Amino acid sequence: MAKKVALLQGNEACAYGALYAGCSFFGGYPITPSTEVAEVLAKELPKTGGKFIQMEDEIAAMASVLGAALTGAKALTASSGPGISLKQELIGYACIAEIPCVIVNVMRGGPSTGMPTGPSQSDIMQARWGTHGDHAAIAVAPASCQEIFSETVRAFNLAETYRMPVQVLLDEINGHMRERIELPEPGELEILDRQAPPVSPEQYLPFDPSFGDVPPLAAFGSEYRFHVTGLNKAADGFPTTKARLVDAEERRQIRKVEANRDKIEKNEEYMVDDAEVVIVAIGTISRSARHAVTELRKQGRKVGMFRPITLWPFPEQRIAELAGQVKAIIVPEMNLGQMILEVERVIKGACDLHGIGRVDGEPISPFQIMDKVKEVY
Amino acid sequence: MSKRYEIRFSGAGGQGLITAGIILAEAASIVEDQYAVQSQSYGPEARGGASKSEVIISDGPIDYPKATLVDACLALTQEAADKYVDTIKPGGLLLLDTDFVKKPPAGDFKIYRFPIINTAKNDIGRAIVANVVALGAMVALTGIVKRESGEKAVLRRVPEAFVELNKKAYNTGYERVKALLD
Amino acid sequence: MAFDYDKYLRPGKLPHIWCPGCGHGIVLKGLLRAIDACELEKNRTAIVSGIGCASRLPGYVDFNTLHTAHGRAAAFATGIKMAQPDMNVLVVGGDGDGVAIGGNHFIHACRRNIDMTYVLMNNFIYGMTGGQFSPCTPTGDKASTTPYGNPDPTFDISKLAIGAGATFVARTTAYHATQIDKLIAEGIRHKGMAIIEVLDDCPTTYGRRNKFRSVVDMMKRFKELAVPVAKAATMSKEELDGKIVTGILHREERPEYCEQYAEVIKRAQNL
Repeated sequence: MAKKVALLQGNEACAYGALYAGCSFFGGYPITPSTEVAEVLAKELPKTGGKFIQMEDEIAAMASVLGAALTGAKALTASSGPGISLKQELIGYACIAEIPCVIVNVMRGGPSTGMPTGPSQSDIMQARWGTHGDHAAIAVAPASCQEIFSETVRAFNLAETYRMPVQVLLDEINGHMRERIELPEPGELEILDRQAPPVSPEQYLPFDPSFGDVPPLAAFGSEYRFHVTGLNKAADGFPTTKARLVDAEERRQIRKVEANRDKIEKNEEYMVDDAEVVIVAIGTISRSARHAVTELRKQGRKVGMFRPITLWPFPEQRIAELAGQVKAIIVPEMNLGQMILEVERVIKGACDLHGIGRVDGEPISPFQIMDKVKEVY
Repeated sequence: MSKRYEIRFSGAGGQGLITAGIILAEAASIVEDQYAVQSQSYGPEARGGASKSEVIISDGPIDYPKATLVDACLALTQEAADKYVDTIKPGGLLLLDTDFVKKPPAGDFKIYRFPIINTAKNDIGRAIVANVVALGAMVALTGIVKRESGEKAVLRRVPEAFVELNKKAYNTGYERVKALLD
Repeated sequence: MAFDYDKYLRPGKLPHIWCPGCGHGIVLKGLLRAIDACELEKNRTAIVSGIGCASRLPGYVDFNTLHTAHGRAAAFATGIKMAQPDMNVLVVGGDGDGVAIGGNHFIHACRRNIDMTYVLMNNFIYGMTGGQFSPCTPTGDKASTTPYGNPDPTFDISKLAIGAGATFVARTTAYHATQIDKLIAEGIRHKGMAIIEVLDDCPTTYGRRNKFRSVVDMMKRFKELAVPVAKAATMSKEELDGKIVTGILHREERPEYCEQYAEVIKRAQNL
């Protein structure tokens, strides 16, 4: 049978990916350039018996997502810079209370209201450190409409697997552009669902470390009754200030991501094997980089591209390895130098490092990258 | 490297240019077996202002999704013509609305003109299908998709009651440019 | 026979954090009697709170309990109720939490008329942080951040709820312990957004700054100022000045939000 194909906007592909993953709740608030995610789900969710709610503000949207997620629903919200800033309070809540959910950030210029219809990648660091306090973070940064669909599905799987919020970072360009995508049949992509705890309600502790670093999460409304708080808590979910318990909980929550980097990280490499210069780029700008690499290779230049698809946790090990093999790394990004800080931290001076920053509402073109390569190498 | 062809539809917000771009992208990548990326940019106003919709069509995967040097450009307003022609490829194609672009911009491109909006208004009877007239015209001008593919893509998006209207609009646009080319 | 509170209290979670003389314990007991009267099933009941002294209540009771962030309880509760319309959803919290930082969520939950019961303990002060003035601190009163007297006008929470669209609004005080459970039970039985405002005493951070010599003084004031709604109807505006009108202040029937959304689902599926 012929594959079902459609010409979809990135934001639409994201919404359909969420539905494919089994999303049954969306809580949102209108904001450019992410609104199409909400519009598609307002139409499609009720058809599946799911729920769509437009809340009174961005914080409430995030709160409704967490409330729904605690009842067992796969829940999504989508927003952009100013809205994501407001959601940080409850992204932190999702971290400490370990509530699976997916947050889409269609990045636009900032700070503050910035440039609502201009593309940006300036929330890279916010996706890692936006909420206060120590916490782990997972964020994925797809490049094409097809990948936006599949990475949204993976984001739900990661959220359920590691019991935490996962961010999907798009930008105004790949959120709004349209490409042909093949819609996968049911069963074609892996879907991970939350499992009921393997112990009786009497034995259940919502943060029991004896299950490992990711204790199972029961659902409100089932026979498992439990308490959830944003305070530091003990294994039973109740607040504690006991130093030993607080320390153990905080460390476990970091460890659940750090110890599983190999399962969470996903990268793409393009012509890096013999490369003397590697361009590290994400999302839309990785497409400029790939174009540049193809052109430069035609001119006989040994250039490659490394693309983190999982942006957080950052692919430290592989980038450090590449730094040992190349003369220079170039980091083009639609901000004034964020991901480059992470690359700098990781490569420890093993090769030259150059950035290309752009914040004028236009994407970094392949020609800008080609010029930079020629300038430095 | 695959063959990359860039088309721009420009004019004012509300003229249906984004839809024209979407239909062309569907003609190329859904009806036909090419690759296409459609993107747009517009100001905050929903109506008016300069608006553009770009389609990149290729026989292989498309990396950079935005226009670099445009092979063929449509401009329905003077403002759009003045604003967007500077990125037309040397020797490229420019289709203008005769009535609404009184001062054709100068440059290294081949200009074609006919009253696109008034054709929709007077010949088809509905100004609202000017974008479909323009689409037919651009398909004829560029030959980037087959005539039938463009028509099929238009009809995929049109409610039953408007099939004949849109067919007529598309084919009129196509014929008008065909006549200019011949 | 004495009411068996232990049936609903989580073993090992008492003593509570509330100060001696605080009225929150009176409200907790009233809430449990109301839940019992309405025969709510523990597994199918969620109690949601924000931040503050009153918001610690859920930790003590044996339901699905959610102690959220400051002001956000109604918004979390909306997510729970939307996802599981058959669950009983209750919100508890204080005045600062509910109508200052959570004010927007409060009014919009009222507007939607989503079926939940919100017990708002109004003690006119931010107690947990040491007694700063809230939107409900009477004008002229002292708080740690109004050392020269409070210049702010106050919110009338019940009026705010009625104005915002809540379809059941009742008010009582911590002194009227036997009325608390009856009003909460009425609220639970009501289909739609029910607000029960309980005027409450905070001897530690409000009373001692405002010339109340004891908890008894604070309770006496509630007793003296309370006017049942039926009697209030016979009194003039001047006579009611400074009084606390108690009882069911407002009740109306209006489509409930989850039922409205169920209609949306029907329309979407009949396409």
